[in-house]
Amino acid sequence: MLAGRTGTDNVVIRGARLLDPVEGLDATLDVRIDNGVIAQLGSELDTNEHRVVDASGLILAPAFIDPHVHLRTPGREDEETIASGTAAAAAGGYCAILAIPNTDPVIDDADVLRGLRARAAEEAQVPVGFMAAVTKGQDGEELTEMGALADAGAAGFTDDGRPVATAGVMRRALQYNAITGRMIAVHCEEQSLTRGGHAHAGLVAAELGLGGWPSLGESLMVARDLDLAGETEQPVHLMHLSARESVEHLRRALAAGIRASAEATPHHLCLTDEAVRSLDPNMKMNPPLRSEEDRVALLDAVRDGTIAAIATDHAPHSPEEKDVPFEAAPFGVIGLETSFAALYTQLVEPGVLSLETLLERMSAGPAGIFGLDRPRIAIGAPANLTLIDPNATWRVKPSALRSRSLNSWLLGQRLRGRVKLTIAAGRVVFEL
Amino acid sequence: MTDLRVVGGDLLPPSDDRRHLLSVADLTRDDVERLLATARSFAHSQERDNKKLPTLRGRLILNVFYESSTRTSSSFELAAKRLSADTMTLKAVGSSVDKGESLKDTALTLSAYDPDVIVLRHPEIGAAQFVARATDARVVNAGDGKHQHPTQALLDLHTMREAFGRLDGLQVAIVGDITHSRVARSLVQALKLVGASAILVGPPALLPVGLAPTTSDIAAIADADVVYVLRMQQERMLAGANFVPSLREYTARWGITPERLRDGQRVMHPGPMNRGVEIDARVADSDASLVVDQVRSGLIVRMAVLYDLLTTGPVAVESAVGVA
Repeated sequence: MLAGRTGTDNVVIRGARLLDPVEGLDATLDVRIDNGVIAQLGSELDTNEHRVVDASGLILAPAFIDPHVHLRTPGREDEETIASGTAAAAAGGYCAILAIPNTDPVIDDADVLRGLRARAAEEAQVPVGFMAAVTKGQDGEELTEMGALADAGAAGFTDDGRPVATAGVMRRALQYNAITGRMIAVHCEEQSLTRGGHAHAGLVAAELGLGGWPSLGESLMVARDLDLAGETEQPVHLMHLSARESVEHLRRALAAGIRASAEATPHHLCLTDEAVRSLDPNMKMNPPLRSEEDRVALLDAVRDGTIAAIATDHAPHSPEEKDVPFEAAPFGVIGLETSFAALYTQLVEPGVLSLETLLERMSAGPAGIFGLDRPRIAIGAPANLTLIDPNATWRVKPSALRSRSLNSWLLGQRLRGRVKLTIAAGRVVFEL
Repeated sequence: MTDLRVVGGDLLPPSDDRRHLLSVADLTRDDVERLLATARSFAHSQERDNKKLPTLRGRLILNVFYESSTRTSSSFELAAKRLSADTMTLKAVGSSVDKGESLKDTALTLSAYDPDVIVLRHPEIGAAQFVARATDARVVNAGDGKHQHPTQALLDLHTMREAFGRLDGLQVAIVGDITHSRVARSLVQALKLVGASAILVGPPALLPVGLAPTTSDIAAIADADVVYVLRMQQERMLAGANFVPSLREYTARWGITPERLRDGQRVMHPGPMNRGVEIDARVADSDASLVVDQVRSGLIVRMAVLYDLLTTGPVAVESAVGVA
């Protein structure tokens, strides 16, 4: 399902703390990678003329997987390309990403999908799984040829950017998707409740005069799609959850045995709608930043695994689109290069989320949901590794971002924890 | 006469880093008192034959209006002229905005003239903050979408103080379309700052939660000293939003008629009025109406705001008036 280069790099990483929560590994050891595959873990390993990376004081973890990236290709290569988006992913410690099909044209045709996969095989710094649309043109009416798209390598299906508006179409999509074995991921938004909405419908929006995007606009659709997943006995993945009520619906559904999964973004886990008071367009996301109560509910769900994946919803926008008054700005922020550091700084260091949980939700969690091989630190596994300096402090500077767009909610901020090296599919793809 | 004098020491000068007037939320009570006191000084100057003061000679004040305006644009322009500043008013219609120029480029173009103040009205929330970030000028928000209109709130406070002799403890019922009203948002915050209280009255879907107490019962205006009437801002409502079934039904339930007012109540309206919809013509033309006073206050309050942004505070007011 992933398209991209594989490598045969030979590297010895010396003296890092190896941390793979799923493998139960937490030890300071050397790692030898032969031909892109983890060959040996141990003390004072022979270098075999491999390249040696001194990693004492650093953490080596399974590299991350981002299940929600807008690569803007084809159609808006001024905002992001396969090359720039995957370079940003490499810098963020990712060994694989899933690209969302709300491009121009929409990825709803097997030939377009094959073309993109061929380009990614040439250009991508880290492997990319291209998702395809659920409905043709993402218009919510007619199903795409999901079978042909899956055969052509679709990594999953989504109309993200918008919901599958009618329950009838969503039900047919879930039923038919049984033949593909891929995941359907849903953007939950009841548009008759969110039209004209620019911020969470709460006190901040009331005071600023911004049109409200209420929690119910999400949770009503979450409830619908969970019920449809239950009725069709098919899995469903809920994208970028933002509201406490949505989490409650998900908990009930999981307890009832419905095959559901969910993701949360770093910005929804770190910020509330108080950030919107600045009227900074980089605080404008869809779904919107919500209340502290919602943020805490998401955090609890990430902690206990109800939300099994962290996804950036990396959404590049050009400066001329985003450098406008708040109300005129499009929704979305970039996140690939800052996700780990933001969550480490704002959640792990203050002690509200364990490092092990964060690493799991950024790697094994999303891999499991989308049926991808889990990055792991084990002999015989392909090298998908990220080397992190937990003590590094750095400032997010526009000039240093590898993404073609600069719409980060963290511009100018100081973060702790920095990715120093990323190995994806056996290739060193990033080095600081 | 003496009560109109502003004495240094009574009032705190503006803090050094305050360079804009973007929102009432940025003001302290001291700021409001200083601005109102400055406005009263200017009221005095406006009673003379020669109404012009030399205070801002050589300064450039640009008025940039992306939305239609009668009162606000004319009073800012006149305020700048009365203070001897150079001033220009640019309307979006007939400018390069018609040719697709972005707000950023318009702001950068205008800032090439080194304006001291840009007065901006724009339909989008956050426009004033945006221009404040994009240029070096001091920015006065003359209305950004549904968000803020701080000089309106200040002129309303000035009007109320002149009419009642006080602001503390005053009760104001704001009636109508609160959701789409930057005037209401600004006024509620301003009233809170000076110790007055607000109640919001109108159709349920047009009453945002959390700003002030709300009710849909028009009888609630009985306790108010001031009934502040707003129009239905249909240009800001999305088609099919169904906030109220019809204007006829709105008028029947919430229109301000002589029968709904009691003696001693005063009526205010930021304009433009829709007579026969939110306000009965008999009310608009009655002695209870302060609408003309509001317009008069608009001039001197805007003089005070421009003066305050470009000078060091109340101590200079006396000398400024004295020179004239």
